[in-house]
Amino acid sequence: MAEKIDHSRRRLLTAATVGTGAIGVVFAAVPFLASWQPSARARALGAPVELDASKLEPGQMVVVAWRGQPIYVVRRTPDVIAHLGDHNDLLADPNSDNSVQPEYIKATGAARARNPEYWVGLGVCTHLGCAPSSAQVRRGEFQVAGVDLGKDWPGGFYCACHGSKYDASGRVFKNVPAPKNLTIPPYALDKNLRIVIGVDDASQTA
Amino acid sequence: MSASSDSTGAGNSRGLIAWIDARFPMTKLWKEQVAEYYAPKNFNFWYFFGSLAMLVLVNQIVTGIFLTMDYKPNAAEAFGSVQYIMNDVEWGWLIRYMHTTGASAFFIVVYLHMFRGLMYGSARKPRELIWIFGCLIFVLLMAEAFMGYVLPWGNMSFWGAQVITSLFGSLPVIGGSLLEWIRGDYVIADATLNRFFALHVAALPLALIFLVIAHLMALHEVGSNNPDGIEIKKLKGPDGHPLDGIPFHPYYTVKDMVGVAGFLLIFCAVIFFAPTFGGFFLEKANFTPANPLLTPPDITPVWYFTPFYAMLRAVPSFAGTQVWGVLVMGSAIVILFFVPWLDRSPVKSIRYKGPIYKIMLTLFVLSFITLGDVGMHPPAGIYPLLARIGTAVYFAFFLLMPWYTKIDRVKPVPERVTGHA
Repeated sequence: MAEKIDHSRRRLLTAATVGTGAIGVVFAAVPFLASWQPSARARALGAPVELDASKLEPGQMVVVAWRGQPIYVVRRTPDVIAHLGDHNDLLADPNSDNSVQPEYIKATGAARARNPEYWVGLGVCTHLGCAPSSAQVRRGEFQVAGVDLGKDWPGGFYCACHGSKYDASGRVFKNVPAPKNLTIPPYALDKNLRIVIGVDDASQTA
Repeated sequence: MSASSDSTGAGNSRGLIAWIDARFPMTKLWKEQVAEYYAPKNFNFWYFFGSLAMLVLVNQIVTGIFLTMDYKPNAAEAFGSVQYIMNDVEWGWLIRYMHTTGASAFFIVVYLHMFRGLMYGSARKPRELIWIFGCLIFVLLMAEAFMGYVLPWGNMSFWGAQVITSLFGSLPVIGGSLLEWIRGDYVIADATLNRFFALHVAALPLALIFLVIAHLMALHEVGSNNPDGIEIKKLKGPDGHPLDGIPFHPYYTVKDMVGVAGFLLIFCAVIFFAPTFGGFFLEKANFTPANPLLTPPDITPVWYFTPFYAMLRAVPSFAGTQVWGVLVMGSAIVILFFVPWLDRSPVKSIRYKGPIYKIMLTLFVLSFITLGDVGMHPPAGIYPLLARIGTAVYFAFFLLMPWYTKIDRVKPVPERVTGHA
């Protein structure tokens, strides 16, 4: 019988068995961990939304739904764009430091848009989630829900629920209930004014 | 009746016990873990909370099982099914309030249990693993409580889940995909609710029970600490049992029953007369259904998380990321695991420690309570400053412990436990 036990051989075999088993465990864990990823249905419902902005008139706004939320796309008038930086002292967060937007949008400063002419943002008031109304003409004779926005109105959005005001870049004014600027989702914009909401880069849609 | 191999009188209970003992160590376990587990005879009020935590765990498991029978883990039906339990299920309101009040009671007894450990040096050698298992139980308990709070799918459930899962999103590089992985969708959704249900009712309770067993096995291996912080096993009588030890049963089973009676008196009073406890145990905003478009004006966690939430908010964002607050909050929990090695005092119990430890422990408790209050208020006015002071004191208690416990004046430790008997 076994007069001598080969301990080094036994150690090698033990280590090899443990190693093989560990690799097996790692591979067996993959399906379970991957099952936590958004499912095919969630991915389909959360897919990016495309929009052709070339048909928009100056001052016009369209609303598209993305992941169950309203996305505002506004073609701003040259008059509004030219004066976007003029009223920073009236705003609560002019540099969007406390607001939600992709970094590349924050970097555009007062415009908060990839192309200053086309503004894209989430149409959900940061106060209590109402839908702000669009009031895009500067110094216009606006009556939104019976409220006169005044002669100094720079163009923007007015939330009729509790009176929050945002400028045309969705930046919130001081002394209104809303705490933050309107959220801006990730989106891509190409030369043909095709807007893809939900991706940072149009090539991701392929 | 079949004849048992070693019974003296067939059919009597002793015969049955002998029959079982020959096949399963029933009597052996009972003796080792209960009847002949010698605990120090000087346990005081603070030693109720371990057994009370067990009681609350049983309460949570039993009431939880019955709640799952009527609850629907589905974003469309969850809120309604909780209302159904409250209004239509026979005694459903009682079972649910036992569960929701039990959640808060769990944290009350666990916080007091942990405070006891800090007072009497229960984490110190040779009880490091008991303490670590306990810390793991605390971490799992927080996860369990958080996921349980999401299940009713009220608006605070939804936004609480939004805020807490977003913490993972603030981690660099992996944050975004980690967040989607945890939520199972791009937003908090049905998939999130469903998996939180699975974790809350199956995975985490199993892990908790396993850890509680490990906690108790480690405790019974080394023996309980006591208010004097001395080892009773050092002095044994002629019978081999510690001179200052008494059998857990019947002495402490009976004593713990007094604790249980006192606890149940308060627990039932809350269930029957103040189940929401003025918004502390069940928040007002959770009585409206989850609404992704309607953020509650003020998102505050339930009271037992507010100290950690205050620490999270105490740290301003820096270098364009808010991850620092998350790291501070995480460290506040991780640092607990190191207590056995941070305390360098030659004595364990606060009874023989010097004034510095007493002052530091008092400041620590005050900071924890202050942070708990701060976490319930919007971060404006005096609160951000209080949060920072509280966070600094909280960490100072732990991080400076190796030094102040070393230089602190200590009193001589007695040979035998002290008592008033």
